[in-house]
Amino acid sequence: MNLQLFALAIFDGISYAALVFLVAVGLTLIFGVLRVLNVAHGSFYAMGAYATASVGGAIFAAGWAPWLAFPLMLVAAAAIGVMVGGPVEKLLLSRIYQMEDVLQILVTFAVFMILEDVQRLIWGVRPLFEATALNQLGTVSVFGITYTVYQLIFLPLVAIVVLIALRLGLRRTLTGRLITAVTEDREAAVTIGIDVERVYLITFIVGATLAAFGGALASATTSVVPGMGADMIVLSFAVVATAGMGQIEGAAITALLIGLGRSFAVYLWPELQVLVPYLIMFAVLLVRPQGLFGAAEARKI
Amino acid sequence: MLTRLLAATAALSLCTSVAFAEEKPAELRIGITAFLSGPASVFGEPAKAAAEMMIADINANGGIGGVPVTAYFVDEGAGGEALLSEYRRLVEDVEVDAMFASISSGNCTKVGPLAEDLKVLNIMWDCGTQRIFEENDFRYSFRTQANATPEMLASVLYLLKTKPDIKTIAVVNQDYAWGRDSWAIFSTALKQLKPDVEIVAEFFPKFGSPDFSTEISRLQALRPDVILSTSWGGDLDTFVRQAAQRGLTNTSTLVLPLAESSLERLGDALPAGHIVGTRGDHYFLHPEKRDDAQFMGFVDEFKEKTGAYPIYPVFHMSQALSAIKGAYEKAIAAGGGAWPNDEAVINAMEGLTFSGLGREVTLREDNQGVEDQLLGTTIRADGYDFAVLDQMMMFDGDAITTPVGQISEDWLKTLTPDFIDSVKADAFKHGS
Repeated sequence: MNLQLFALAIFDGISYAALVFLVAVGLTLIFGVLRVLNVAHGSFYAMGAYATASVGGAIFAAGWAPWLAFPLMLVAAAAIGVMVGGPVEKLLLSRIYQMEDVLQILVTFAVFMILEDVQRLIWGVRPLFEATALNQLGTVSVFGITYTVYQLIFLPLVAIVVLIALRLGLRRTLTGRLITAVTEDREAAVTIGIDVERVYLITFIVGATLAAFGGALASATTSVVPGMGADMIVLSFAVVATAGMGQIEGAAITALLIGLGRSFAVYLWPELQVLVPYLIMFAVLLVRPQGLFGAAEARKI
Repeated sequence: MLTRLLAATAALSLCTSVAFAEEKPAELRIGITAFLSGPASVFGEPAKAAAEMMIADINANGGIGGVPVTAYFVDEGAGGEALLSEYRRLVEDVEVDAMFASISSGNCTKVGPLAEDLKVLNIMWDCGTQRIFEENDFRYSFRTQANATPEMLASVLYLLKTKPDIKTIAVVNQDYAWGRDSWAIFSTALKQLKPDVEIVAEFFPKFGSPDFSTEISRLQALRPDVILSTSWGGDLDTFVRQAAQRGLTNTSTLVLPLAESSLERLGDALPAGHIVGTRGDHYFLHPEKRDDAQFMGFVDEFKEKTGAYPIYPVFHMSQALSAIKGAYEKAIAAGGGAWPNDEAVINAMEGLTFSGLGREVTLREDNQGVEDQLLGTTIRADGYDFAVLDQMMMFDGDAITTPVGQISEDWLKTLTPDFIDSVKADAFKHGS
């Protein structure tokens, strides 16, 4: 493997890691605050992708300006986060926080299955593809290999912006501080008068919106198909578990690790590609059962 | 005394004839398994729509032997175990007269022995694995289309006939039985027919993989003459689009044996000059059916009903329905007009020749259908906002199907480069 291929493997790894991070960070945020492992997270990813691809396909066919593809992603993600994520937390999850962990997972799994069918009902089973956003940014040639600017530069940039925004948001804004307080010690937060239910709802909507945003961004590069949410939830769970539950920066670093591991596998040993994320997870959890960045505590799951 | 004897004989013969000819039923029930959920529903949903349209048409024209047909659909997406119990339920409780199963090769492998147990006519209407009749001797199962061996062999032949000078090839297939098996057949045939071709990379990304960026980077560095992908559905669409976005389609020729089913969805993402297969002679612009009002009428009606042109599972469904109709009519004729029992229908299936929407298909003595194979190269043509086929070749099914009683892998290894010119192929152009 020469230096050129080494560099290419790094580029490929970074752009893949960016997408994985966006989905995983929402999952870890929700877990950090609500202490619920939300299997339905994969549905928000898929629905974000479906909403962006279907609405995009319709409005660009009607002749709307192609640059609208970018704001459309934000709008679609927020819409899914609020309109689907909100009710799921408010009507369902808020009733079961006192219940056993296993039951909570079962409920979110049930929500996941219901939402899978809702997707089929709304969008059918035919793969959708809507790459206007990607085509807008064109391509760039590196070492004689053509990359899309969207994947090589735009996606990592978005991931970094989201990471910084989350960090600042959680530490500098009032809502962010409330969320952090509830994460640290729920009982203490309640005693000083923090409206925990509201914090839960906001966190869940933000997490769901992040997943939907990941799906919206992915929709420009991949076919939107039934079942895409299931694959993503498994991978993001691997990221979250490796990083340590509730660790936002950890999720970023782990996503990068898994992205790079995967792309180096394709160059060096393609047969190993599927296994890499789980090998990394396995190796990390063997040494640090609480995850790379997780603090040692009584484990919930 | 004599009259009494005669009367007894007559009564006895009446009994036996009653045993053979059955009362005409109120309806003919067919159980159809297809993916109605999951990624493979891109095949199951069009096939179901087609079955409903075609059965309505059969019933409007007097049904089969005067009996109307009713279909019962089962979702293969629920998994193998659920499929088997649903299959059993349809046969034992609903008392279907025949089963059409299935899309997945894994499911075909499972239902084959079950159909023997239940003694029910089982038409393997879509699955591709060549192993079914090479490794089993089934009485009740029939495959009304080709299998993976002729499909892959025809792809190799088309490639070598149109691009005889290729030197390097890479493969990007889905990581499951079909992706692996189809590559085994393709590469074995390629090595026999053009031994100097070098395989420069073999990728088997996860089934349902959303991203092929890394594979594409590596393929751009390797620059193989040809890239094979037997992927389908969303996987194929994603791969072709990402390859086109990054210019890989300008430097390598894609060979896509299942891309007929993706042509319309791919739109302008699939450029001209790439090789597309149809898993048979399944193409909505079938070069021999352009003037066939019935064919074109069906295509238009299907497009209007479902919003998309018919793809190969629709053609496979038409073949399965045409086969069962043909078998019942043959059995009714053989029985002098009486309604046939199950065994008589099975006997009529043996060696049956029928045609669905495409060319005629004949069932061999091992119950495998012999079907011609159509491939073509993409072009952009007026009237379609997606790539259509040109430089089409129709390969003779007899020559490219593994002979009865032989194992594909062994048979392929007996082929030599002379084989390329020995197979009869009819040539067609787009629109002429």
